[in-house]
Amino acid sequence: MIETGGHLLNVVIVLGTVLTVAAFLIWYERRLLALWQDRYGPNRVGPFGLLQVVADMIKIFFKEDWVPPFADRFVFVLAPMAIMTAVLMSFAVVPLSPGIWVADSNIGLLFILAMSSMTVYASVLGGWASNSKYALLGGLRSAAQMVSYEVFMGISLMGVVVLTGSFRLIDIVEAQSGLWNCIPQFFGMLIFAVAGIAETKRVPFDLPEAEAELVAGYHTEYSGMKFGMFFVGEYLGVTLISALTVILYFGGWQGPLLPPIVWFFLKTFAVIAVVILLRASLPRPRFDQLMAYGWKVLLPLALLNLLATGVAVLL
Amino acid sequence: MMSAPEIAQELSEQLVGSITMVQETRDEIPTFWVTRDQLPAAAERLCRQIADPFTTLFDLTAIDERERVHRDDQPEADFTVVYHLFSFARNQHLRVKVPLHGEHPSIQTSIPFWVTANWYEREVFDMFGITFDGHPELRRILMPPTWKGHPLRKEHPARATEFEPFELTDDDEDAEQDALRFRPEDWGMERRTEDADFLFLNLGPQHPGTHGVLRMALQLDGEVIVNAVPDIGYHHRGAEKMAERQTWHTYIPYTDRIDYLSGVQNNFPYVLAVEKLAGIEVPDRAKTVRIMMAELFRIASHLVWYGTFAQDVGALSPVFFMFVDRERIFDIVEAICGGRMHPSWFRIGGVAHDLPQGWDRLVSEFLDYLPGRLDEYDRVVMKNRIFKARTRGVGRYRREEAIEWGITGPNLRACGFDWDFRKRHPYGGYEAFDFDVPTAQAGDCYARAEVRIEEIRQSLRIIRQCLDNMPGGPFKADHPLTTPPVKAATTKDIETLIHHFLGVSWGPVIPPGEAFQGIEAPKGFTGYYLISDGSTGSYRTRIRAPSFAHMQTVPWISRGVLLADLLAILGSIDFVLADVDR
Repeated sequence: MIETGGHLLNVVIVLGTVLTVAAFLIWYERRLLALWQDRYGPNRVGPFGLLQVVADMIKIFFKEDWVPPFADRFVFVLAPMAIMTAVLMSFAVVPLSPGIWVADSNIGLLFILAMSSMTVYASVLGGWASNSKYALLGGLRSAAQMVSYEVFMGISLMGVVVLTGSFRLIDIVEAQSGLWNCIPQFFGMLIFAVAGIAETKRVPFDLPEAEAELVAGYHTEYSGMKFGMFFVGEYLGVTLISALTVILYFGGWQGPLLPPIVWFFLKTFAVIAVVILLRASLPRPRFDQLMAYGWKVLLPLALLNLLATGVAVLL
Repeated sequence: MMSAPEIAQELSEQLVGSITMVQETRDEIPTFWVTRDQLPAAAERLCRQIADPFTTLFDLTAIDERERVHRDDQPEADFTVVYHLFSFARNQHLRVKVPLHGEHPSIQTSIPFWVTANWYEREVFDMFGITFDGHPELRRILMPPTWKGHPLRKEHPARATEFEPFELTDDDEDAEQDALRFRPEDWGMERRTEDADFLFLNLGPQHPGTHGVLRMALQLDGEVIVNAVPDIGYHHRGAEKMAERQTWHTYIPYTDRIDYLSGVQNNFPYVLAVEKLAGIEVPDRAKTVRIMMAELFRIASHLVWYGTFAQDVGALSPVFFMFVDRERIFDIVEAICGGRMHPSWFRIGGVAHDLPQGWDRLVSEFLDYLPGRLDEYDRVVMKNRIFKARTRGVGRYRREEAIEWGITGPNLRACGFDWDFRKRHPYGGYEAFDFDVPTAQAGDCYARAEVRIEEIRQSLRIIRQCLDNMPGGPFKADHPLTTPPVKAATTKDIETLIHHFLGVSWGPVIPPGEAFQGIEAPKGFTGYYLISDGSTGSYRTRIRAPSFAHMQTVPWISRGVLLADLLAILGSIDFVLADVDR
């Protein structure tokens, strides 16, 4: 009974934390982007504009829940739910700090890969169900991009798994008490970061929604809270990829003096800041260039990295 | 460069039998009259057979002659079609006029001689109801397909109040709705071939990547563009028609809004053309002030292009940096002119006011500020590898093609041709300035960007020279047609007071005649062709806008590229929809 209660508490803590962080990211990204673009960003609502998120939330909750008449209604509504669900499920196996996790799974990493594969359905189904040409093109782009980059993401992670000998995220964190994986797995980390950003469809991999070309890509026809779910799903994805980067390569919650949870968040927000900095500084490659880069550069590099790690472990 | 009479002599010998008369104009551009039947033969000779032929058709327009009083000894005509030709080899303008008779006359198409004639003939058809025999798709280009009448004909109303009250019946509404339906066949596109069903994508008129109300109908095979057809006219405001009901003076603010990003650059060709008609010589100070302001606006226009081009390729931040810099230019413009984007600051015979105290400090601060920023942008944008990958080799054309298509300005210089009208045909005092004409060789999107960025630096050089050598003296010409005359003088002598009163209340009366003036505007060759019938307003004003010519090339450049490339091409061409549609 007490154990169940503890689990429930953990669920509430993790869910609450993750959703709060995702919402907070709206403010965090807008302020950081503004800083790098010589502007102020939201600074009117509450201290430092922090309550802007609350204002935006209130606004979006009261928007009309509208489905375009030409859309496939059922799938159209399902798609944004799929992205939220898939990403939130992934967080179930993410350990925030010792004792704060929902599920301690010995195949945690595989579970996350499986769930992140699910998110592609959201954009493909959303693009398809919208019955609009821009959304369709966006959906197609996202399918091709995510299926490709998933491959390298999986392979790049295997280096860490080989080093640790476990798919369990807690094991992976604890194995880094001496040396963080970002040193031995430097290339693996780079590939994972690139593939991770591609998975979350962030600049420079935002081709599925490429504003200048496809208006808003697969979510062109979405509005109100359904759009909001895509939006929050994207931020959840960023949080997930950043948290995973920290867990897999930067020693998770480990660090001197400060409590583990603080370390974990400090590191995660630092990684998120890098993701936002990329958005502020890079243009968008063309679709064929993106694909060529993935298959011709990242895939061989990921395989080489795995090979080298395997050889090193064997010797 | 030969003088106008010489060239007239040479050409009339070569065109013997075709030319009915040689007209004298105030701008000294050789002007030949050719009969309707002789036009194909004359065009053939001009564009192919003579030495250094006239390969570029810069402009093609018409004049409704039916109400014109001062036609002197020009041939009888109800309508005149005017071909404005240019030869880069000769550095020579040439005007060919064809008289037409009847309410809705027709004339042979000249597309076989000049490809650019396609859109210009459609425009003449749209505006005047003159048909061009043999034109492949003679349909309206600026006005909606359901429009009744041809706006630039003299009997067409100029104001909404001259129309009957507007009424939309159910039948009319159905007809309008039906006209909006997209039928690929109407756009010259096939629905399918043997191995592909095409996707038709409607890009615009509301789209974040088109910089305004441009609509493109795209025929896609996957994401590859099979055909891209621009649909323009959403920004058409009838600027040429408005010129016919404004006075010479009150039309100046309308010109600002043609290429709305480059402010006084639009005033420039207009006032120069009026001054040619009126015979006004502008004092040195006014010339230098005009050039300084024009170059400031060239930088402002290029900065907007720079930022939005980077944004088209997906870089979010640069546009913010460049708008901050542009704001600095507007601070200077505001201090000098009072206005910002559209200061309407040039006047017939000078500029509106003298420079305010402290202008030199503002300009000098800006000259010190911008170069460092430009170097930073080189690192942020031009040296970025993704940016290069997106723009190099995309939207490429060669110099000969560019000349044939009437491409001018930075887009022409990007194919390695150092043609700048400020150097080749100096106007408004540019001959006194020392600057380079930047070029690039590749003729692709990246080359066009390189040229514009170097042009910003050259403009800074020109402004520096204006700052260091600003002449003293009056800022307006001492001429009765200067509008309005210097206010201080009106309190001292009655003649000036009379002119001031007439110029303000009625408008200056410009002597009858025709004059064209073209300038090197930020987007390319902008020209105003004015016809005065000896009244307070123009009889016909024709605006040759570079964006119109450049927009016509888009289908040709973008065939076979990816959708993403199309947006890079549109960004690199640097057009303004108001300049396309006028």
